[in-house]
Amino acid sequence: MYKYDSYDQAMVDARVAEFRDQVRRRLDGSLAEEQFRPLRLMNGLYLQLHAYMLRVAVPYGTLNSAQMTMLGDIADKYDRGYGHFTTRQNIQYNWIKLEEAPDILADLAKVEMHAIQTSGNCIRNTTSDQYAGAIADEVVDPRPYAELIRQWSTFHPEFSFLPRKFKMAVIASDTDRAAMRLHDIGIQIVRNDAGELGAAFYVGGGMGRTPMIAPCINAFVPIDQMITYSEACLRVYNRHGRRDNKYKARIKILVHELGKDEYTRQVEAEFAHLLTQNIEPPLAELERIKAQFADPPFEIALDETVDRSDPDFAVWLDNNVQVHKAPGYAIVTISLKPVGGIPGDASADQIRLMARLAKRYSFDELRVTHAQNIVLPHVRKADLHAVWQQLDEAGLGTPNLDKIGDIIACPGLDYCSLANARSIPVAQKISERFAGREQEIGELKLKISGCINACGHHHAGHIGILGVDRKGVENYQLLLGGSEGADTSLGTITGPGFNEEGIVDAVEKATSVYLANRQDGERFLDTYRRIGMAPFKDAIYAKDAV
Amino acid sequence: MKILTGNDLKTGAVTWWTGEGWSLHVAEATDVGEHGDEIAARENAARRVVAPYVIDGENGPDGPRPAHIKDRIRALGPTVRLDLSVKPADPDAGSYVI
Repeated sequence: MYKYDSYDQAMVDARVAEFRDQVRRRLDGSLAEEQFRPLRLMNGLYLQLHAYMLRVAVPYGTLNSAQMTMLGDIADKYDRGYGHFTTRQNIQYNWIKLEEAPDILADLAKVEMHAIQTSGNCIRNTTSDQYAGAIADEVVDPRPYAELIRQWSTFHPEFSFLPRKFKMAVIASDTDRAAMRLHDIGIQIVRNDAGELGAAFYVGGGMGRTPMIAPCINAFVPIDQMITYSEACLRVYNRHGRRDNKYKARIKILVHELGKDEYTRQVEAEFAHLLTQNIEPPLAELERIKAQFADPPFEIALDETVDRSDPDFAVWLDNNVQVHKAPGYAIVTISLKPVGGIPGDASADQIRLMARLAKRYSFDELRVTHAQNIVLPHVRKADLHAVWQQLDEAGLGTPNLDKIGDIIACPGLDYCSLANARSIPVAQKISERFAGREQEIGELKLKISGCINACGHHHAGHIGILGVDRKGVENYQLLLGGSEGADTSLGTITGPGFNEEGIVDAVEKATSVYLANRQDGERFLDTYRRIGMAPFKDAIYAKDAV
Repeated sequence: MKILTGNDLKTGAVTWWTGEGWSLHVAEATDVGEHGDEIAARENAARRVVAPYVIDGENGPDGPRPAHIKDRIRALGPTVRLDLSVKPADPDAGSYVI
């Protein structure tokens, strides 16, 4: 994985020193909050419902064990013993003291991490496929391209004050595991008939109050022009994006209002101009980055057999282990969704355990997934049982990947000052209600947001739940039919909302309709798409028999 | 009644104006009447609080209580981690916000 060079380290160290001075000036009164607020936000420090919250960037979700260990240590040393992994592949700490924030950033810098651009109207952390470099269906490892974007976008002076925040994702397979088309820019690395690499650009996607699926505006930009094309997309947005209304400021609104064709025309014109300016990073830099993402030294001729005699282990294997591109290896997803647990939360001890397992069993590598889980990307099949045993002992062995208990949930009103309703208690109740039935139900992606900002991706859930405030009382709307994979779709609201107990009952009724109607091999989403909303709605809103 | 709340500048902890200073416990808050903005400006300038604002409150059996659920959760702490709330020893503390 990528290692900082002297420039990276010097920049991050300088930023820590700068922020330390800014905090000192805030505490001694030299800076008022109005002056300090944008400075702390540029370093990922929010003031949330209960305290300061620090969001730490995990570039394209990739971590080594030293970094993961540091995340656990920070949870113990500066927070309250846990961290929260987010849908942007980052980690958040909920109980940070302002006076200690510079020390946290200094500790992060020791392991080549920071919190830069995890807030503000800039290009945020670029996300990617959590199986990058390990899965067989990719045309190339997308992370070097995500890293190139990270370097280009970090401190980019032209794009530090965009109309609104800007999120990019890079994938390299047709199986979209990164919700690519729900980003401001989604890039799919592709190979053309001549075998050349290029980047397909999907621009103007997003969730929030106006969900949009990004259209493809260019199916093949030569890979050595990817940054130039990105710059053109951003320039047109920066020039015309609305700054008068934050609810209409995202690029999806611009693309929608201009129309895909006109937006594309302007991007292509800007692109033609930029090509004359030679702004693309030198290929040598890309090659330097790519060399750092070379495959680890996989052993050959490994035993492929796995002893499935332990039934609990076998269930976990079937749920949380994927086929690896290298014979004898497997990809392990660690669920951070225990029954009744808080989605995405991990204790300091759990974080450090996952770091140790990565060090010993996964070539020192971990990934954070946008579904708030952790991946050990390169585990020998012969080690799977040992890994599972240690995970299970630590409460990390829940076999529910992509099942109804594997819920994406935003922090909601329990932590977030923007939220209108709590998300986590609903997730906990659903998880408990369906415990033991997950295998019967099969793949069902359930996502919960506590407000219309949709950090919990409710638009893209097979079942989505949106919490709203109805005259001071929490109310929950139900959506069906969303998806964030290669078959991206937006969910449809079923009808009137429910209270906390009612929404759990409504989810159960929806799953019952699915189970009664599913045909061989159908997922919940497939059945919904085949039979439509009506039978679900009838069941969900039917008056109880007297 | 009107209650003044904010966060401690250094620690970020949620605090409530008592009439004489800031408390971690909303039950110790005082009705600031029409003076909330004035007190907020003064305390903010003195760096004893950050991001202060006035909310609606009501008198409960244990003292003042925020009128809106969001502020009640602010007053208590996360309902899903009562061990981290201001009432860590009260297993029924979550009912406070409903």
